[in-house]
Amino acid sequence: MSFWQFLQANWPELLLLVRQHIVLVFVAILVAVIIGVPAGILLTRYRSLRGPVLGIANVMQTIPSLALFGFLIPLPFIGGIGTRTALVALVVYSLLPIIRNTVTGILNVDPNVREAAVAMGMTSGQVLRQVELPLAMGVIVTGIRVATVIAVGVTTIAAAVGAGGLGVYIFRGLRQYDNNLLLAGAVSAALLALAADFLLGLVEKQFSVDAKRSAQSSFGRKLALAAAVVLVIGGGAVWLGRSKPAGTSHIAIGSKDFTESALLAEIVAQMLEARGVSVERRFELGGNLPHEALVVGTLDLYPEYTGTSFTAILHHAPITDPRAVYTLVKQEYAEKFKVEVSPSLGFENTFAILVRGDDARRLNLKTISDAAPQSPRWQAGFGQDFMSRADGYPGFSKAYGLKFAEVREMDLSLTYIALSSRQVDLIAGNSTEGRIATLDLFQLADDRHYFPPYEAVYLVRQDSLTRVPALAEVLAKLANAISTDEMRRLNYEIDGNKRDPKEVVKEWLGSRGF
Amino acid sequence: MDHKEAQKAPPLVQFHNVSYSLPNTTIISDLNLTVERGETLVLLGESGCGKTTTLKLVNRLLTPTSGEVVVEGKATTAWDPIQLRRRIGYVIQEGGLFPHFTIARNVGLVPSLSNWDDARTSERVREMLNLVGLDPNRFAERYPRELSGGQRQRVGVARALAADPPLLLLDEPFGALDPLTRASLQREFAELAARLGKTAILVTHDVREALILARRIGLMHKGQLLLLETPERFRASDHPQARAYLDTLNVNGGSA
Repeated sequence: MSFWQFLQANWPELLLLVRQHIVLVFVAILVAVIIGVPAGILLTRYRSLRGPVLGIANVMQTIPSLALFGFLIPLPFIGGIGTRTALVALVVYSLLPIIRNTVTGILNVDPNVREAAVAMGMTSGQVLRQVELPLAMGVIVTGIRVATVIAVGVTTIAAAVGAGGLGVYIFRGLRQYDNNLLLAGAVSAALLALAADFLLGLVEKQFSVDAKRSAQSSFGRKLALAAAVVLVIGGGAVWLGRSKPAGTSHIAIGSKDFTESALLAEIVAQMLEARGVSVERRFELGGNLPHEALVVGTLDLYPEYTGTSFTAILHHAPITDPRAVYTLVKQEYAEKFKVEVSPSLGFENTFAILVRGDDARRLNLKTISDAAPQSPRWQAGFGQDFMSRADGYPGFSKAYGLKFAEVREMDLSLTYIALSSRQVDLIAGNSTEGRIATLDLFQLADDRHYFPPYEAVYLVRQDSLTRVPALAEVLAKLANAISTDEMRRLNYEIDGNKRDPKEVVKEWLGSRGF
Repeated sequence: MDHKEAQKAPPLVQFHNVSYSLPNTTIISDLNLTVERGETLVLLGESGCGKTTTLKLVNRLLTPTSGEVVVEGKATTAWDPIQLRRRIGYVIQEGGLFPHFTIARNVGLVPSLSNWDDARTSERVREMLNLVGLDPNRFAERYPRELSGGQRQRVGVARALAADPPLLLLDEPFGALDPLTRASLQREFAELAARLGKTAILVTHDVREALILARRIGLMHKGQLLLLETPERFRASDHPQARAYLDTLNVNGGSA
């Protein structure tokens, strides 16, 4: 599919994401200005506050955005997942340039002019409003401009906490190795940044004292222009003003940030919708966000794997008996989190240790043990998840005595393409990944049974089950409903054939008569 | 000396044992000075002698460390600073004009701060611009950066006079101007002050300016008032500091 065709097919969704993006940036900058400009003014009045406050703002800006989102999830009121968290993070990032430029702008006002203002008998409020702020306005607008351009960029990360925006396309594009998605997300974000920069550049010019030639532009007129720009940007907000229907049969469904998880979440979502339940989709959340959101109640349900819960959440050492793992997880989740574990969906998704098909044939590799002697000559590529978890790389390399020439930590979805394009020689993928066949990759057998069983299940809050009876019915229907082959095929429909997940799910539900 | 007839009201400004110091330095020590109504008093001295500080003590941009400055019979510390400052015109080097205000708005500043109505303010602005020799039709809507240094200085004087304050403070008002412009502005200011009967305190390091404009000259040095004399007696003084200033006139072949 050409980029042009892609745009034509996805125009409404792209437009929605652009609107979400603009609204996030606009609201965040508005709040940051409302906080930052008065804060900056205060700092010019209380010199002793200046160092500490600017220092704190500085530190806040150096926090990597994904980490900041992570900190915010468990916090009450400002945290959670979705728009609010994203806005808090964006405001935090936007504050520094705005505060700093307000301080600089006001302090740079010619001291003679300020003294004249005081000596004329202006009150300190009049000095501020009539002299300092107008003269500092150019510098302050520059700060707002910088903050806005930064915010357009940071907002792409907001997709990781389910706030939407163009990051949705960028993350999805990375995951599915789909250049059209990547381009649509990244180019739109870049265009937004350029447009914001240009518009605010116009405003800034209006406020610059040097650009003044004659009586053409009064302060009021400049404010009018600024207001016009604000209105143009804010117009997007109107589109998104609708709120979601709330009620007792309302369910928030989350998913992790890979295709299969989103697909499993979509299956439940459509089945619930068919039963008249209103569904809020919070898909493609990074790291442990879905778990944390489920525990605090922002989510009612998300798909998970028993092995992941067992090792990464409950911090047990890996064991190999699937029934034992399932039973323990079910028991401990009920006690610790008041969360139910659904019956298994019928397939496992375990780590698949993959090499290129031609390497496997040439070197006659069948098992991971076969490959161990090759490891000193190989480079390995692993996702962040695999590198850090208890049942991941550290134990795995010890169990098989692997010593790679180099280990690269990278995005999981990129490892497949890195392997097939010979950037790395061995990766740890997902066993249900559709691209294993299409990229001619070979799965080495786990002959020492290192990896624990990862049965797919849904995790659902107990109170949600009581609140929405349809949930239990849906989960019971999905017990043992999907085989590994079927899952691999569904994944491939999306990742390989680039089909819309909603359609794929709809088709599958139809074929199963659900 | 010869102008003591009309002094029934209290003197406009009085310094009583005024000192002003910063943590490590004394800027002014034990200053006593009375400014009579209608006179132009020139404070003469090199930079750092405390003459500008003396000026700022009058409109309470600064308050004395000890002693008191009395304006119109009331200590500056007892005045509401805003009311005090609106009764005192203030002119600084280059005028201290607001770059983002038109000339009209600059001149009309104090009247509009004092809530004059628009018609009265703009009438006053025209009057003031005419007074300082600027055509209101040409200049009112321009911005300070579009004016020459001399024109800006005239606007500064017009702004200081706009609310008809009884007292004017001028801090090196003609210092940044070229010699020809400076000479003509000094002459015009002397006429203006005499005609309007304003009391003025003017600070300068230019002895020629002091001799042209002053009714009395106060010679300051290291925070102290060394001498307070009429120009004639200043010329005749044998105080070494005064002689040093007067000598510069001779070296330059000055015509003052």
